Amino acid sequence: MDIVQAVQVRYGCVGDEAIDLIATTVSTPRVRVASLVSFYAFFSSRPRGKVVIRLCNDIIDRMHGSARSARAFFDDLGITFGQTTPDGMISLESVPCIGLSDQAPAALINDVPVTYLTSDAAHDIVMQLRAHMDPQKLVKSFGDGNNAHPLVHSVVRNNIRLPWPIIFSRGVRGEAIRKALGMSPAEVIRTVKTARLRGRGGAGFPTGMKWEFCRAADGARKFVLCNADEGEPGTFKDRVLLTERADRLLAGMTIAGYAIGAAGGILYLRGEYAYLRAFLEDVLATRRRDHLLGEAILGKKGFDFDIRIQMGAGAYVCGEETALISSCEGLRGDPKTRPPFPAQKGYLGFPTVVNNVETLCCVPKILEEGPATFGGHGSSGSSGTKLLSISGDCSRPGIYEVEFGIPLNEVLKLAGADDAIAVQAGGPSGQLIGPKDYARKICFDDLATGGSIMTFGPGRDVLKTAACFMDFFVDESCGYCTPCRVGNVLLKERLERIRSGRGEPGDLDYLQRLGTTVKTASRCGLGQTSANPVLTSLANFRPRYEAMVKANKDGFNSSFDVRAAVSEAEGIAGHSSVIYPQATEER
Amino acid sequence: MSDRVTLTIDNVQLQGRPGQTILEAADEAGIYIPRLCHLRGLQPFGSCRVCTVMVNGRPQAACTQPISQGMVIESSTEQVREIRKDIIDMLFVEGNHFCMFCEKSGNCELQAMAYRFGITAPRYPYMFPSRSVDASHPDIMIDHNRCIRCARCVRASRDLDGKEVFGFVNRGPRKELAVNAAARLVDTNVDVTDQAIDVCPVGALLKKRIGYAVPIGQRKYDHTPIGSEIEGARSQ
Repeated sequence: MDIVQAVQVRYGCVGDEAIDLIATTVSTPRVRVASLVSFYAFFSSRPRGKVVIRLCNDIIDRMHGSARSARAFFDDLGITFGQTTPDGMISLESVPCIGLSDQAPAALINDVPVTYLTSDAAHDIVMQLRAHMDPQKLVKSFGDGNNAHPLVHSVVRNNIRLPWPIIFSRGVRGEAIRKALGMSPAEVIRTVKTARLRGRGGAGFPTGMKWEFCRAADGARKFVLCNADEGEPGTFKDRVLLTERADRLLAGMTIAGYAIGAAGGILYLRGEYAYLRAFLEDVLATRRRDHLLGEAILGKKGFDFDIRIQMGAGAYVCGEETALISSCEGLRGDPKTRPPFPAQKGYLGFPTVVNNVETLCCVPKILEEGPATFGGHGSSGSSGTKLLSISGDCSRPGIYEVEFGIPLNEVLKLAGADDAIAVQAGGPSGQLIGPKDYARKICFDDLATGGSIMTFGPGRDVLKTAACFMDFFVDESCGYCTPCRVGNVLLKERLERIRSGRGEPGDLDYLQRLGTTVKTASRCGLGQTSANPVLTSLANFRPRYEAMVKANKDGFNSSFDVRAAVSEAEGIAGHSSVIYPQATEER
Repeated sequence: MSDRVTLTIDNVQLQGRPGQTILEAADEAGIYIPRLCHLRGLQPFGSCRVCTVMVNGRPQAACTQPISQGMVIESSTEQVREIRKDIIDMLFVEGNHFCMFCEKSGNCELQAMAYRFGITAPRYPYMFPSRSVDASHPDIMIDHNRCIRCARCVRASRDLDGKEVFGFVNRGPRKELAVNAAARLVDTNVDVTDQAIDVCPVGALLKKRIGYAVPIGQRKYDHTPIGSEIEGARSQ
């Protein structure tokens, strides 16, 4: 993976020759290398430009006018998405959420994020790039906090609107690890269990239990993997935590390492956050110097633990823990068959814990102040606080740390989205809900969410949102299992037919049935949630669908376009149809 | 640990051995669970999902799920049957399957599965993808139109033939079979005697010059439905 990445960055592509060479060098079948290259969006077998502009195509960016910025790029560069300028200098791509929905429209120019990208800004970017071809020079001002750090130097803003001192706690550096090392690993696990910490990635598995399974599993080596592949559209909390609380995260990983008896950790950083890599490497180096990583941490003999960063390369599915492991192993990001679970057989076949960034950021606080304090926050089944990434039609988009159990309408009030007609809770894999559900509480047992809250104001089209998300899942499916690989394409086809006005009443049952099969029979979490945009919009906004699928009054199936069917005959006859002269206008 | 595991499939109680998958235990008991990607002798893969069953009310792939004591499995309920039909339909519309002039007709497991489920035409619209044929090799041809991404050839080549002639490239709906060469099968070390060539459930991998050696009407599934060989074991 790292070799392919280096070749891609240096030569702008990983072509046939490069694939042959890599395969020979690492003595692996060529087809494996080709498989890897073809899987990840950031790799390309055809040459890309020296500079790649990746414009985010997420629904939130579209709502904020990304089409205008796209048009500006098309006009100035003379190319469209997926193309490279004839001089081979600049490529343009349309990519899913890059973790900047709170400052949309946004784009990545090579690794450099640009935000609030108006069409004027797009014109300006092309002009500047043509002059110097250096994306970093586009950054004229820096965002707040560590975004201004010399190793980050980014325009990105944190937009922390509501920080609670749990996840956003700074603590005293080294304190939590010191406390943990004063206990036995079993006691650390018990502490985390007592705090009732559950995984923040979405599934909500009890963290202490996961650690316990992994500790109990047989294995010559064990690993802690941190899932920083935040790919759920509309989520950007990990971006902010990595920028502002990297030390807390790494402390959490180190404590997990101590608890399970691991010698190594991997921070799997999504390719879109490559601009944070140098900064994170520096934080790691500082921690090694301060004996918070490396051999005999804080003088504790026998506890050696270090962390490396593994870069992702543009694949949403790698946020699924077993796909993440595949990716760390240098394979395509296909999820693995379960069982065995990662805690039994994970990275390279060794027992492995995979935890979300936010989950690991909770750990130091639990050690510092005890499990009772942490457990005192939130609701009974969901202890502690939750970070929400709020974007869309709201006056205060950004990061909110809220207590579990908070009703959604309170959250909407905080963010200035009181008039939302619909909310996508939990990103595309979550649910599209309407006002009747706004009293629901955000917690694992009611409205569970990984943290993405997208708000849609009056006038927004929920079917367009659903269609946009289905495009996302079609693009991001790994293609391993039939229901997800094929079913999502079929769902999208029928949804588009309905949106174009050619839907039939029976199409609603068709969508329901097909969506249920995809949900039930898919192999991994991606597939099992990929039909949700259709299924939840159908459940919560059915009248909107029904209005689109009225039976055709001329007696034909609506899906049959009679005008198109007779047009050829009309051309031959030289006059328009006598029976259906104005069929189009009537409808 | 006890050396027997008791479970029920469709209200039939049976005993399996620890470490067996649901599908293996069912096969031994003469209960046929439909499957396409799975083949005895190959590592379970779990990609086609035709073998989906309900285990204590939750969907699982029978080919990869190990058995455990007291499992209650539903394999022939209406719900499970409809899911399987959906998946078979999906496999048909995803590729270009023209049984009437496919050499595999009668020996094809996908076709046989459709017959078993009483499918005469898929309920989903055909996608008619544009796919290629690789006839570069003197003895073997690949017709990508018919590939169902089951990875039998991938696994057989790797695990039985000790080669790695096949693999997958791309992802999602664009995922496709690839060979261990820049483009053509002839540039790999594949041999017509490789087991990988024999395991294809459909007509995607065919040997040349033996077409129709067994006439239509006398082929494997022409008289008995797929799964009979397993169900037959039960009635004996």
